[in-house]
Amino acid sequence: MTRAEWRERIEAALLPPAIALLVALVAGDLLILAVGQSPAAVYRLLLQGTWGNWYGFGQVLYKTTTLIATGLAVSLGLRAGLFNIGAEGQLAAGGFGAALMGLWLPAGTPAVIAIVACALMAMLFGGAVGWVPGALRARFGAHEVITTIMLNFIVLALLNWIIVAHLRVPETLHTPEIRAGAVPRLSAMMPVFHGSAASFTIVLLLAAAAGTWWYLFRTRSGYELRAVGLQPDAAEYGGVRAPATWRRALMLSGVLAGLGGVNFVLGYKHYYEEGFAGGAGFLGIAVALVGRNHPAGVVLAALFFATLSQGGLAVNAVVPKQLVEVLQGVIILAVAASVPEVRRAIAAGRRRD
Amino acid sequence: MSDAVKLSGIEKRFGAVQANRGASLEVAAGEIHALVGENGAGKSTLMRILAGLIEPDAGMVQVSGRDVTGWRTGDAIAAGVGMVHQHFMLVPTLTVAENVVLGREPHRGPVLDLERARVDVTDVASRYGLRVEASRRVGDLSVGEAQRVEILKTLFRGARILILDEPTAVLSPLEVQDLWRVLRALKDGGGTIVLITHKLDEVMQISDRVTVMRRGETVARMATRETNPAELARAMVGREVALGGVALTARAPGPPGLVVRDLEVAGTRRARDVDGVSFTVASGEILGLAGVEGNGQSALLDAIAGLRPVASGSIALGARDITAASVAERAAAGLAHIPEDRHRRGLILDYSVADNLILGRQGRFARWGRLDRARVAEHARAAVERFDIRPPDASLPARALSGGNQQKIVIAREMGGDFSVLLAAQPTRGVDVGAIEFIHAQLRAARDAGKAVLLVSAELQEILALSDRVAVMYGGKLVGLMPRSQASEASLGPLMTGAA
Repeated sequence: MTRAEWRERIEAALLPPAIALLVALVAGDLLILAVGQSPAAVYRLLLQGTWGNWYGFGQVLYKTTTLIATGLAVSLGLRAGLFNIGAEGQLAAGGFGAALMGLWLPAGTPAVIAIVACALMAMLFGGAVGWVPGALRARFGAHEVITTIMLNFIVLALLNWIIVAHLRVPETLHTPEIRAGAVPRLSAMMPVFHGSAASFTIVLLLAAAAGTWWYLFRTRSGYELRAVGLQPDAAEYGGVRAPATWRRALMLSGVLAGLGGVNFVLGYKHYYEEGFAGGAGFLGIAVALVGRNHPAGVVLAALFFATLSQGGLAVNAVVPKQLVEVLQGVIILAVAASVPEVRRAIAAGRRRD
Repeated sequence: MSDAVKLSGIEKRFGAVQANRGASLEVAAGEIHALVGENGAGKSTLMRILAGLIEPDAGMVQVSGRDVTGWRTGDAIAAGVGMVHQHFMLVPTLTVAENVVLGREPHRGPVLDLERARVDVTDVASRYGLRVEASRRVGDLSVGEAQRVEILKTLFRGARILILDEPTAVLSPLEVQDLWRVLRALKDGGGTIVLITHKLDEVMQISDRVTVMRRGETVARMATRETNPAELARAMVGREVALGGVALTARAPGPPGLVVRDLEVAGTRRARDVDGVSFTVASGEILGLAGVEGNGQSALLDAIAGLRPVASGSIALGARDITAASVAERAAAGLAHIPEDRHRRGLILDYSVADNLILGRQGRFARWGRLDRARVAEHARAAVERFDIRPPDASLPARALSGGNQQKIVIAREMGGDFSVLLAAQPTRGVDVGAIEFIHAQLRAARDAGKAVLLVSAELQEILALSDRVAVMYGGKLVGLMPRSQASEASLGPLMTGAA
C-alpha cells in the first residue's frame, strides 16, 4: 500500500471518533457550566486523576484490561452479524470459572501452570455461556439479542445463588481467596504503580486482541465468519454453513468476555465477588462501536472509556460522577451518528483538492 | 426542435472510480433517445444526476432551457422529470392504485380516499394505454405488469420527461413489444423518453436518436436511421466486435455430466417452484434453459447448487448422486456455479478481489486453518491477468469495480479451476458488449473442453447463440426440449408464455 492509501485509511478510521469526541466535549462543557463549574478546571482534574499520576494511570490500565475483553467479545460477534449483549454474564461466568480453578488447585502450584489453568477455565465458562444463544439461534432461530440479554439475568442469578448458598466467606458476597493462579500486579515490577489494581493480565488481553485480529483476517474460519456477517447469502453460496458459524462466533465471543474475568479474580482481588462485572460487559458494546469492530480500535477505545470511567471518580468532588456517564452516552451517540457523516465530508474534501 | 434535456461537461467521481468525465447529452423534446454504452460507461450515473438522485462534481444540467444543476428528486419530479429504475420500488402488499398514489394520496380530512385513488389511477392508465388493473395487489403481478406500474407511478406525478433504466432486462419478448407500444403512445402525446440500454437491436427498433458513452465520456451521437448495430458496437467498445458470435461446431454428445430426475422444489408463493423436472446435460454440451423470469429457473438452479432443499427427485453429477450433498461437497465434486445475482450471492462486495476469488474454495487455500495469504495473492494475480480484470489491483474491494469486471471475478473463480459441470445463470446480465463477447467465448471453450454447461438466460438471443439444445421452463415445468436447429424466437416464444 502506498503512503497516500495508508493516510486515507487512517483518516477514515480515526476521524469519525475524533469528531464525535469534539462534539461530546462541547456537550460536556455545557453540562459542566450548567452545574456551575469551570469546564477547564474539571477537565484538568479529570486528566490529572487519570494520566497525570501513576496510581490513576494504573487504575485506567486495570479498567482498560477488562474493557478490551468485553469490547473484543462484542466486536467478534458483530463481525459475524450478531449482537452479543451477553458479555456481562459471560464476564462474570469467566471470573467464576477462574476462581473455581484457583480454589481447587493446591497451594504452591507453579504460577505458569496455575494461571494457564485458571485462564482456560475462565474461557471455558465464558464460552459455554456464549455457546447457548448461538445454539438457540442455529437450532430454533431465536434472536440472539433477546437470548443474550436474558441469559445475563439467568447467569448472574445462578452465580449469586451458588456463592450465597455454598461458597461465600461469611458476612461477605465473595468466595474464599484462591490458593493458586494469582497474576502479579504491575507494581511488583514497576513500584510507581503502587496501590493500583493494574496487573500483568493486560499483557494477556493485548495478546488476545492480537489473536482476535489474526483469527479474523488470517484464518479460514475468520474469513468465513466475516463473510456470514457481511453477506449471508454469498457465504452460503461459498459453502459456509451459517448456523455453525453463529454457534462458533457467539462461543468465541463468550470465550473472550470470559477471559476478562481473569483481570479481577487473578489480577486484583484473588476471589470471585458478586457483581464484580459492574457493567463492563455492557460498556463493551460502546467499546466495540467506537473501536469500529477492529481489534486495534477496540484496544484504543477501551483505553478511552477506562479513562472516562476513572476520570469520573477523579472529578466527583466538584461535579457529580453521573455527569461523566452522561458524557459517555453522548460520545456513543455522536460516534454512531458521525461515522457516515464524517465519511461523506472526507469524500467531499478530497473532491475539492 | 428545442432541447428538453441538455447535460454538458458532467463530472462525477465515486471514490476511486471516475463514473463521468465531461459527459454530455442532448435530448430533443418529443423524441425517444437511446443512451447506450458498456456497463460502467456511466450511463446510469448520468441519468441519476438528471433525475436529481445524485449531484455532479462539475458540469451543467439544463431542463427545457433552465439551469437545474444539483437539483433534488423533489425538484425533478415537480419539473416533470421521472425515472423508472432497474429494480422496482414498489410495496408488494399494497394494490396498484395504492402504490401509484403513494406520497400524494387523495384524502378527505384524515381519511384516505381509496376509491378516488383507484379512479384517478385508472384514468391516467387508460390515457396512456397502460394495461393494469388498479385494484390488484402488486405482489400478484408479473414482472412486466409491475414495470407498467412503475411507469404509471412516474406519469401520475406528471412526468413529461421519462428516464427508463434498462427496462427490458426482466421482460419476455412479448412484454417488450408491449413496452414499445406504451413508449410510442407517450411520445405521440408529446412526452420525451430517455432509454438506457445496452441491447443494440432495441436501439434500432425504438429510438429516434442515440448517444453512445464509453468510460464516462460521450463518444458519439447520431440519428438512429443513419447508423447500424456494428457501428454502435464499435463506438461502445472502441474496437471491432463480433456480433452474434461464432457458430458452434457440432460434436457427438459425451457421457452424462448433470442428470436431474423428477425434481420437485417446494414453492414460496405457489405449491411447487419446480414441478417434476427431468433432463440430462451431456459432457461437452451447452443446454440452454429459456423462459420468462420467475418460472422456476432460479429455484431449479438453487436446488442443483444445494442452496434450496429438494422436495423429491434426484440430482447427480455424472454417476455421483449429490441430492443430499452440502454446497461445499458439490463444489468438491466438480460443480461450478455462476449465480444470477452477483451482488447478493456471487460476491462479497466489501471483500477484496483476491478474497472473492477464493470464495467457495477457501478450504483449498488454508493449511491447518490458516489462510495462505501468499498463495491467495498469487492466485489473484494470475486470475486478474488471465481474465483481464480491471483495474488490475486485487486488493481493491469488489464493490469498487464495474459490473462487467465484477462478473469477471465470478467467472474467473468458477471457471478458472477444475470443474465438470457449470451452472451459468444470467452470465452476461448487466455486463457490457466487450465482456459479453469474452464470457461467451469462455462458455464455448468450457463446452469444447468437455464440460457440461447448463445455461439459464432471460435473453433468447444468448440461448440461441450458445446452446446445443434448448429447454423451456414455464410454471415450474419443462415444457419443451429441442435441438438448437429446431429452436427459434418464433418456436420458443409461445412455449415461454405458456401459449403452446
